[in-house]
Amino acid sequence: MTATVSVLPQAQLAALNEGYRRAVARRRLRFALAAAVFVAALLVAAMGAEVNLRTLFTYFGNFVGYFDRILKLDSGARVWTDFGEWFWGWHKWLRMLGETLLASYVGTLTGAVGAFALNFLAAENTSPAPWLRFIVRRLLEFARTVPSIVFALIFVIAFGLGPMAGVLAIAIHSTGSLGKLFSEVVENADMKPVEGVQSTGASWISCMRFAVLPQVIAGYASYALLRFEINVREASVLGFVGAGGIGQELVVAIRKFYYSDVSAILVMIVVTVFCIDISTGWLRARLFGKEQGV
Amino acid sequence: MKEASAPTRPQLRARYRDVFERPASSRLATPAMILLAAGIFVFGLVDLGFSPARLLTGLHELGWITLMMLPPDPGASLPLYLKALGETLSIALLGTTLAAVLALPVSLLAARNIVPSGVIRFPVRRLLDSIRGVDTLIWALVWINVVGLGPFAGVLAIAVSDFGALGKLFSETIEAADQKQLEGIRASGGNTLQEIRFGLIPQVLPVIAGQVLYFIESNTRSATIIGIVGAGGIGLQLAEQIRVLEWQKVSFLILMILIAVAAIDWISSRLRFAIIGRRAVA
Repeated sequence: MTATVSVLPQAQLAALNEGYRRAVARRRLRFALAAAVFVAALLVAAMGAEVNLRTLFTYFGNFVGYFDRILKLDSGARVWTDFGEWFWGWHKWLRMLGETLLASYVGTLTGAVGAFALNFLAAENTSPAPWLRFIVRRLLEFARTVPSIVFALIFVIAFGLGPMAGVLAIAIHSTGSLGKLFSEVVENADMKPVEGVQSTGASWISCMRFAVLPQVIAGYASYALLRFEINVREASVLGFVGAGGIGQELVVAIRKFYYSDVSAILVMIVVTVFCIDISTGWLRARLFGKEQGV
Repeated sequence: MKEASAPTRPQLRARYRDVFERPASSRLATPAMILLAAGIFVFGLVDLGFSPARLLTGLHELGWITLMMLPPDPGASLPLYLKALGETLSIALLGTTLAAVLALPVSLLAARNIVPSGVIRFPVRRLLDSIRGVDTLIWALVWINVVGLGPFAGVLAIAVSDFGALGKLFSETIEAADQKQLEGIRASGGNTLQEIRFGLIPQVLPVIAGQVLYFIESNTRSATIIGIVGAGGIGLQLAEQIRVLEWQKVSFLILMILIAVAAIDWISSRLRFAIIGRRAVA
């Protein structure tokens, strides 16, 4: 069977073609304008950031050379030829790594407890009063927008050098970000159980405990595990400002040009982060099943 | 008609045994986990040197610091700070753009539907993974060793660490793309490059643009941080003022960062919606 394609008369076609051409031209113009603005922004940014391509080309060899050097032992042999020599400080480094993990654990848990205490106040559907919600939300926003390393810098001065400052920095930052995520989970919760509990004359706290909490607890745990994963990464660099953990060793190694130590510590950090990622991912899948995993 | 009498409690017990009598292992699981978590927590507190005395002194000190931060005041260095803020925004924009430009071709190599052979895909993916495993701050320290102190090192640090993250995101986007359009191009005689250009890119470009914008936004935060190790921008000023205990300037700088981040958030979410529509958010 043959289908006939109806061809419009020339005059009608010309008008439509013209319209099509104009629509395409308008899109092209808009795209070109956006591209031009973007390129201009890039140029301004390049000037602002003191981009110097000559420096880059001159020193790019250094970048490659740097990795060449950190993969070489003092004796000049490649690091993987002598693991004992490469990881000579593994005892100390493992302890620092343990400290980092412990700090992120304590920080995450404290943050999760703080977020747990605040999130019902911040959620649209459960907050007892609008003014309270506004205050709590701004507080959480502040806690998560200020980077944890800035908190760490200030806490190092207030609490002294050591992992305590790092833990508190992680805790505050986690409170901010988990508080937001938790309150979003609460906002997605079904409100009918709340009405049910309310109709029995229960107080606000009982409503939260018996109507909301059972719905959201799985989501909380999932987000807290995810946060732990992120915090392990963050904790590994908080040592840069003196807040304890493996970062302290790393920054010393980098600044003092202990090349093979740098690569050894980096390998340890990357492997640890990788293991934590995999195990929390596995745990989340196991605890809540694939379909609930956030 | 149905039997009207409700079942008695013993009957219910007999019928739903597993509801009324949960085995000890499942009843004890939650308290045991809570106990374990609390145990590790307490051990951590002790091991990390927490003590009530230290906490109290620290809080006292912190209270003083907060008081000294008020009111925020830049002193005479406002122009300097504005310039530093501009530097930070530049670092974020340039670093992310550079990362996106580098990551796009590499992500093609890491996508299953473009490169079916695992021989190339596997090492590329592991490379992206290990780049992502190293924090931006560490990259910043490395680049400082290479190009010297200053914002340029920051640009390169953000570019490298985002290269890993964007490469992974892009390759996932590419894998999620509809194969039919690529097949259509192939059927009409197009080669692989044409498949990518006309079948793939139009599909993934809006999503990728959304992801890049989102990264510019989050990199504004990262860019403030990397200044702390000497890679330029407002973080450098902030770290310096904290070290010399100029608290009023510190609070002013923090305020500046908060406002800048909020502004960038707003602009970029507007742009994102304009590009990909309200439905999908990267």
